[in-house]
Amino acid sequence: MTDTSAAVTDREIDRSQMKVSDEVAIEIVNMNKWYGTFHVLRDINLTVNRGERIVIAGPSGSGKSTMIRCINRLEEHQQGKIVVDGTELTSDLKNIDKIRSEVGMCFQHFNLFPHLTILENCTLAPIWVRKVPKKEAEATAMHFLEKVKIPDQALKYPGQLSGGQQQRVAIARSLCMKPRIMLFDEPTSALDPEMIKEVLDTMIELAEEGMTMLCVTHEMGFARQVANRVIFMDQGQIVEQNEPEEFFNNPKSERTKLFLSQILGH
Amino acid sequence: MSDTHAETVAFVRDTMLPQQEPPASTVGFLGWSKTNLFTGPFNTIVTVLCSVFIVWLLWMLIPWLLSPTWNATSLGECREFLVAAGRVGEHGASGACWGVIRERWIQLLFGFYPADLYWRPILAFVLLFVALAPVLFSDKVPGRLLMFTMIYPFLFPWLLWGGTIWSPICAALGFVILFAGVKYLSGVIGQLASIIVSVLAAAAWWLFVSGAVQDALASILPLAIQSVPSRDFGGMMLSITIGVVAIACSLPLGIVLALGRRSDLLIVKSLCVGFIEFIRGVPLITLLFVASTLLNIFMPPGTSFDIILRVIIMATLFASAYMAEVIRGGLAALPKGQYEGADSLGLDYWQSQRLIIMPQALKISIPGIVSTFIGLFKDTTLVSVIGLLDPLGLTNSIRADQAWNGIVWELYGFIAVLFFIFCFGMSRYSMYLENRLKTDHR
Repeated sequence: MTDTSAAVTDREIDRSQMKVSDEVAIEIVNMNKWYGTFHVLRDINLTVNRGERIVIAGPSGSGKSTMIRCINRLEEHQQGKIVVDGTELTSDLKNIDKIRSEVGMCFQHFNLFPHLTILENCTLAPIWVRKVPKKEAEATAMHFLEKVKIPDQALKYPGQLSGGQQQRVAIARSLCMKPRIMLFDEPTSALDPEMIKEVLDTMIELAEEGMTMLCVTHEMGFARQVANRVIFMDQGQIVEQNEPEEFFNNPKSERTKLFLSQILGH
Repeated sequence: MSDTHAETVAFVRDTMLPQQEPPASTVGFLGWSKTNLFTGPFNTIVTVLCSVFIVWLLWMLIPWLLSPTWNATSLGECREFLVAAGRVGEHGASGACWGVIRERWIQLLFGFYPADLYWRPILAFVLLFVALAPVLFSDKVPGRLLMFTMIYPFLFPWLLWGGTIWSPICAALGFVILFAGVKYLSGVIGQLASIIVSVLAAAAWWLFVSGAVQDALASILPLAIQSVPSRDFGGMMLSITIGVVAIACSLPLGIVLALGRRSDLLIVKSLCVGFIEFIRGVPLITLLFVASTLLNIFMPPGTSFDIILRVIIMATLFASAYMAEVIRGGLAALPKGQYEGADSLGLDYWQSQRLIIMPQALKISIPGIVSTFIGLFKDTTLVSVIGLLDPLGLTNSIRADQAWNGIVWELYGFIAVLFFIFCFGMSRYSMYLENRLKTDHR
């Protein structure tokens, strides 16, 4: 097995903008969730400050995806409290739509809209949710497409792009809504090794600009270089969290040690 | 691979091979027939047998079709023409009797519609294509034509049934009330309340006010064209009228039913499921009989409700139930990620349905939707059982004529060709549309 904690980029990461402020971006208090009778998330407590870059790791079925999907209410929690940007997530549809338009999300399978061009994918939500004029939305979209380095693909359809390009479009699409928080749900798990790097590069640039990021991933190199905090989950619980250096070099829990020994292939 | 050396494992190509023409036997007509008609002995035998059968069929059919009876005025005269032309086989004179089509084709097209007013259904039919053009060929026709598409639903019945011009205008005013209410009230009393209020206002306008306004306006400014009663409608004109209106109404109704069936709201869901299952469980003929006879029993005495309108409503309800199931299939085929993608961007339910889900679900369902359309159009011939004179109903009255008693094949053949033109047109259009909307590049 390759060492997935190897550095994901050769260049020096610019940390001047990466500042963790005291302002709370997301607060999760005693959150519980069940799928039917199955207790999938157990007593989750997590506070994310603005500017934090958090990587969530864990074996499959540990509830890490479910947890970040609760943050923008793609999954409903049954107990506890989630506050995003000062707005509590309740069944009030207005709050949910407000939070969703402030929290960007990228999925494992991109979930681009195949019947729309790349540009239309990026302008759809700003036009219909933010009521931005079409011209302005297109200018913003081209700006972010340039940022993810695919402005020349703007008039193509998602089906004509490679996986890595599609994931970068998905990131640009989220950024067009000018989100304050970005959630990544295994953004590189469906990609070839060559494409993983281009997506991670885009994510690193985003981190360098000070975006608050929560990222479920198996890319331990990204965690080591970019994250300021790594969370390890198992059986629906947060088992261990620490700064990346400490987490990788000096894991406390037996479960974490086992997981790391397997994933890092020592 | 002559430059590989069997004795060594290492290999380096020193010259790159240029592109070559494919072998002659795999391209052109020869290549095509070899791969499609004559692959192996079994396919060759099938090809030969089918060719023989087609030739035999045409051998029998063409002489029957090419029969010199165009000018005959009765079945007996047809026989005389055939005998005179020496077309006498062992079963008597053989050949089609085309005189009936020459004499009655206009009736098969228009039924008993007044002859001096034929221009009205013809105009309505031509304008139908003008109104459909911006919808069907949105990439080639200027969008401004959509204005005409919105006017057409009011123009169409006026041209066919005639009467005062104020009735379509008053009907349209109801929709103006509806949209204006939703647009201007939603800021004041909220979206849901404004929809409810506007619908009630529009319904009140149609039921209680518009009739009086219409009469008043007509007495001030009597602009009217000659009105034609529904019993004079017939032939292809009737089929097309029922078919077009039912097709146009069943698609939106089907979409609403399909969404309702997938809704989380228990009452909405059970209403939709109940409606769909009931309509699909009952034959169309039963519904048509209900429309023609039973409905009058439930109506308050004295109300007359146009028979063609009743039939259109039943045909629409019938088709919309099937449509709902076809569209539900399209909805089920969409990956869950599309809903999540739309949700994660903050689109609300109706926005994500309209912008993300429906365009894709409808695209997937195009073959099924068009099949339902074609089925509905052909089902319009069932109205002959409740006494409306669609083309099939007219064949009976034509055969009741002494001169054409006993004629079958020519009439049904002619009607079949008429229906085939429309159905084949729809089918080709659906293929064109599927191609145009193909964006997945598989």
